[in-house]
Amino acid sequence: MMILSTRGLSKSFDGLQAVTKVDFDLPKGEVRALIGPNGAGKTTLVGMICGRIEPTSGHVQFDGEDITRLPAHARIMRGMAYTFQITSVFARLPVTENVALAARRRLSGDAIDRAVADALARVGLSNEAHEDAGNLSYGHQRLLEIAMGLAQSPRLLILDEPTQGLSEGEIADFKTLVRELAGDTTILLIEHNMDVVMETADRVSVLNFGEILAEGTPTEIRENAAVQAAYLGTG
Amino acid sequence: MTASSRVIVLHLGLLALLFGLQFILPAYHHGNLARIMVLASYAVGYNILFGYTGLLSLGHALFFAAGMYGMGLTIQHMGFTPAPALIVGIVAGAFVAGALALLALRTVGVSFMIVTLMFAQAGYLTVLYFGEYTRGDEGFVIQQAQRVLWGVDLSNATNRYFAAWGLFSVSFGLSLWLVRSSFGRTLIAIRENEERVRMLGYDTYKHKLTAMIISGTISAAAGAFYGLLFGYAGASFASVQYSIFPLLWVLLGGAGTVLGPFVGTLFMFYLIDLSSGITSAYLLIAGLALVLLTLFAPQGLIGEIRRRFWKNLP
Ligand SMILES: Nc1ncnc2c1ncn2[C@@H]1O[C@H](COP(=O)(O)OP(=O)(O)O)[C@@H](O)[C@H]1O
Ligand SMILES: [Mg+2]
Repeated sequence: MMILSTRGLSKSFDGLQAVTKVDFDLPKGEVRALIGPNGAGKTTLVGMICGRIEPTSGHVQFDGEDITRLPAHARIMRGMAYTFQITSVFARLPVTENVALAARRRLSGDAIDRAVADALARVGLSNEAHEDAGNLSYGHQRLLEIAMGLAQSPRLLILDEPTQGLSEGEIADFKTLVRELAGDTTILLIEHNMDVVMETADRVSVLNFGEILAEGTPTEIRENAAVQAAYLGTG
Repeated sequence: MTASSRVIVLHLGLLALLFGLQFILPAYHHGNLARIMVLASYAVGYNILFGYTGLLSLGHALFFAAGMYGMGLTIQHMGFTPAPALIVGIVAGAFVAGALALLALRTVGVSFMIVTLMFAQAGYLTVLYFGEYTRGDEGFVIQQAQRVLWGVDLSNATNRYFAAWGLFSVSFGLSLWLVRSSFGRTLIAIRENEERVRMLGYDTYKHKLTAMIISGTISAAAGAFYGLLFGYAGASFASVQYSIFPLLWVLLGGAGTVLGPFVGTLFMFYLIDLSSGITSAYLLIAGLALVLLTLFAPQGLIGEIRRRFWKNLP
């Protein structure tokens, strides 16, 4: 059963073809890594999936229904969550309020406080709870983004380069977190760090020049000659 | 005391203080304060859109005037008594705000400012065009006999003070409650980063629409009360000047603070009042004071207090 499918999804920015006719299927419960060189169109593709970016053509299906025409907020309400590649927290609001905004969309009363505390604990930000988000280090702001995603308890969690700027220790914690979520939550993970991909993903899709170049298990992808030529640069 | 109850005590304290002041103030300041409370209610309404939602309108005089004329014209030409006339004014403001929101919220930033400005200007011209009813710039007086609300003569200074205090208490209390509610917190988040709020699943358009209607309705209530309490409706209240005033009051007092609109209105009122007593170039003095304040307290008086001493002040 696919939680997410795209058919012929394309986007061109003033003539620049960023994503070209992507057919993409993601089964429920899977952790899928999306990799590809910078500028391959990964952010644009997931932007069209969650409704931030309007496609030039093509369709998106979520949980068996066509959501191509739904605005972003309605898609989120159906159970998607998106964490931004370019950190986009509420810098002048406390960390707790950042996460509470995410939680309040589906919860009320004390359940909000519990969800906030839980999400912050899972990413290891409990001690920073009362700081303003803008005072956090870059790595901690990345973790806050993830906490905001968790607090939505989504069915599909889209993470856009979450480990960028994290320390070794934080990356290790992140891998553990993804493994904990796996099974309950379907995860679409855009990731540059190949260790993270190898250790967390069930399957990997490779995007190159806006097209899906290959798809397979992490090991298959690592050994795929075309992928090495395009992406790993070791062809 | 918890942080939350300290906040409540402070804000209710202001209302209690204003209530008590009427018994000790000399007549001149008593009258001023009644006027300031009504104008501050206007600023409270403005602040909900500008200070909390982050939308800079240059057209709020349209809402203030909708309230004033909705009230005044029904009294003048249709023989309404004050209570239903006030309701007409307030409802008129809500409708005008909703209609303008539908048009203006298609735009952002400078375009939003320009669209609100243009429509308010059109409102001003409409008031002049229907001069037969509105008496245009000259305006019309609402007679003492027409200003008796439930047996209470609102031209009497004590009653007027009490009515102004009531209006201010309601709008001030509403604003305090609103910005602490989850709806209000979402507005604040929209001000900070609208795209992120959208991507958390909120319909930001609906939130902004609602904020603009609430803001316009409070502004209209202030306009309706102003006309009724001071017995006059005129086109100058629909002019661009009356769109700029609440912006200045809110900036001076502190945008996005509950106390700011009152403090800013009070400050500006007495700044002009005192400087005009000293020199005929009073606007120069007022202007200079404003420049100094923007330099040394760019977040406004209450904004500065929040920054330095009281981080959780709403
Ligand atoms: N808003 C935009 N306007 C114009 N070009 C864009 C925009 N967003 C992305 N692009 C271009 O589309 C291509 C794909 O970008 P992106 O999806 O961000 O790639 P990735 O996330 O894989 O690094 C790049 O060439 C980028 O410059
Ligand atoms: Mg990207």
